[in-house]
Amino acid sequence: MANVFTKIGDWVTERAPNMMPMYRKHMTEYYAPKNFNLWYYFGSLAIVVLINQIVTGIFLTMNYNPSAAGAFDSVQYIMRDVEWGWLIRYMHSTGASLFFVVVFLHMFRGIMYGSYKKPRELVWLLGMLIFLVLMAEAFMGYVLPWGNMSFWGAKVIVSLFGTIPVIGSTLVEWIMGDFLPADATLNRFFALHVIALPLVLLLLVVLHIAALHEVGSNNPDGVEIKKGPKGNRWDALKPADGIPFHPYYTVKDLVGVGFFLLIAAFIIFFAPTFGGWFLEHDNSIMANNLVTPAEIKPVWYFTPFYAIVRMIPSLFGTAVWGVLAMFGAIAVLFLFPWFDRGQVKSIRYRGTGYKVALGVFVIAFLGLGAVGAGITAEVIPEWFGNVDLTTWENAFGRLMTLLYFGFFAFLWAYTHFGWEKTKPVPDRVTMHD
Amino acid sequence: MTKRQITMKHFLSSAALALGLLVGTMPAHAEGEGGLLKSGSDVRDQASLQRGARLFFNYCVGCHSLKYVRYSRIAEDLGLSEQEVMQNLDFTGARFDDPIVSHMPPESAGKWFGKAPPDLSLEVSAKGADWVYTYLNTFYLDPKSPIGWNNTTLPNAAMPFPLWELQGMQTAVMKPGTDEVEKLELTKPGKLTPAQYQQATRDLTSFLEYASEPAALQRHHYGIWVLLFLAFFTLLAAMLKKEYWKDVH
Repeated sequence: MANVFTKIGDWVTERAPNMMPMYRKHMTEYYAPKNFNLWYYFGSLAIVVLINQIVTGIFLTMNYNPSAAGAFDSVQYIMRDVEWGWLIRYMHSTGASLFFVVVFLHMFRGIMYGSYKKPRELVWLLGMLIFLVLMAEAFMGYVLPWGNMSFWGAKVIVSLFGTIPVIGSTLVEWIMGDFLPADATLNRFFALHVIALPLVLLLLVVLHIAALHEVGSNNPDGVEIKKGPKGNRWDALKPADGIPFHPYYTVKDLVGVGFFLLIAAFIIFFAPTFGGWFLEHDNSIMANNLVTPAEIKPVWYFTPFYAIVRMIPSLFGTAVWGVLAMFGAIAVLFLFPWFDRGQVKSIRYRGTGYKVALGVFVIAFLGLGAVGAGITAEVIPEWFGNVDLTTWENAFGRLMTLLYFGFFAFLWAYTHFGWEKTKPVPDRVTMHD
Repeated sequence: MTKRQITMKHFLSSAALALGLLVGTMPAHAEGEGGLLKSGSDVRDQASLQRGARLFFNYCVGCHSLKYVRYSRIAEDLGLSEQEVMQNLDFTGARFDDPIVSHMPPESAGKWFGKAPPDLSLEVSAKGADWVYTYLNTFYLDPKSPIGWNNTTLPNAAMPFPLWELQGMQTAVMKPGTDEVEKLELTKPGKLTPAQYQQATRDLTSFLEYASEPAALQRHHYGIWVLLFLAFFTLLAAMLKKEYWKDVH
């Protein structure tokens, strides 16, 4: 048997001599720092979820009907009459939310350990593009079941473009292909969701990994292993602190995948709506342009950005500022490598100011999420009694918005003017296992 | 304790913490919000589902459809034979594989009640089991309403109260000097005692909860085996990782 495989291998190598070297370059001879910790699981987990979304998505399209008249019924058909359809749909819907959980943690890892810094700016930029496309992909996917929250969510989000002066209303009609989210909207969102955006996403993921493998992985110490001593057990010229990605990190990531699937399976089998966070109650009612849900809000992963739109007031007769601020909130993330001028990468050796600021940034992001998800609207009357909700919510939300953007201003000044007192960075990685 | 064991414990505890945080922030919508009664419904209680189905087909299907549910599926999931379903539940002459569609023409129903009775296939998914249970327990006589009934859970509901012969008749006690209902009082008892009526509406709610998501039965059935398999898989992976990594220092 082994003989057969060898023969097939030789046959391929003869015709494509670069195939095996490419495999080696990215797997068995890709030397990753040996000190990765828990935070380094989320990259491989993102790939696992991406594959899950593609495979379950293919099976969903086999029975889904992308029309305003048939979409809602076809989802129920999948849930009830298609063999294992409920499992496929719950894997897809749970996967969508967990995709964002994993990606948020993956991004936070990059921020904590300065993985966006030179020479990895391109890796960061490609990753941010993935995040942007993922948000578009998730938004369009959310519209497809054609529930009432799908409809009103689509209406509100697309209407954001209507705030753009002069061309706004024309642009909104152009996006929807109608005056309201309708058959035309559903059809084009379906096309974009199942073909266009997944192709872009896959291409970006390949580029993201290719760019990473050009420069090599960062690590929790923020030490460049390529600049350290040379020579390990496998290769005399490769970094001493590197180990082959395969089998060391493939087998380690497998453990992470196991844990992750345990959590995912628990949600899929025992709490698929996740209390209305992953699948919203109002989406069990078919889209109806005459009945507005009690509270229109996007799915949880959009809430921090949605809150910023809500918190910025209209000025000079236009509401475009909130929309600009929302896109700005994503744009500043793109520019992380240029706001942060500090030379030390890892949070382990950075100044106290940076650590506090990053904590504040996380609080601001979660706080904005609470505003966008309507948690503050519930909690404020509970905690503070009969106060003016709008005033209090605006005060809190605007403070959080200020802190969100303030973090970047602080980060720039703190590192540009040399106020940061860093600790000495070790020469080689330390094993914090 | 080795360093590696600490990592494992850390991972477990932080995963549990993350999940706990998420669950903790869930909105109260799911259960007991806004003065709703606890339904106590349970889709895994097959006897309760059967009693609920009987109530539904005796009292509800005259007006309300379950258009996403088939008679044959009910037989399969509730442990009933084709004959039992066709004789005891199917009063519309539908075939065994047909969906459950009420014979009431929607347009006429709209004229009679002001609003066509909604399909109830997804009622519990949309509003929650507690809401449905509470709604079924809060009808009261209201001479001011055109149909003679009103409901504190859904004020000015267009629905007459078909279960009155079971529960009896409730009347509202108003807060002095207001239009607000303070509490409901059972002024004329029905065929069932209050406790029996609560059980009956609990059964009906369970049945509607099942109708909202028949897959819930399969989820619960397979879920535990999937988790056990994944736990075993993760354990093997962890042992494999330990073996591979023992020479990395």
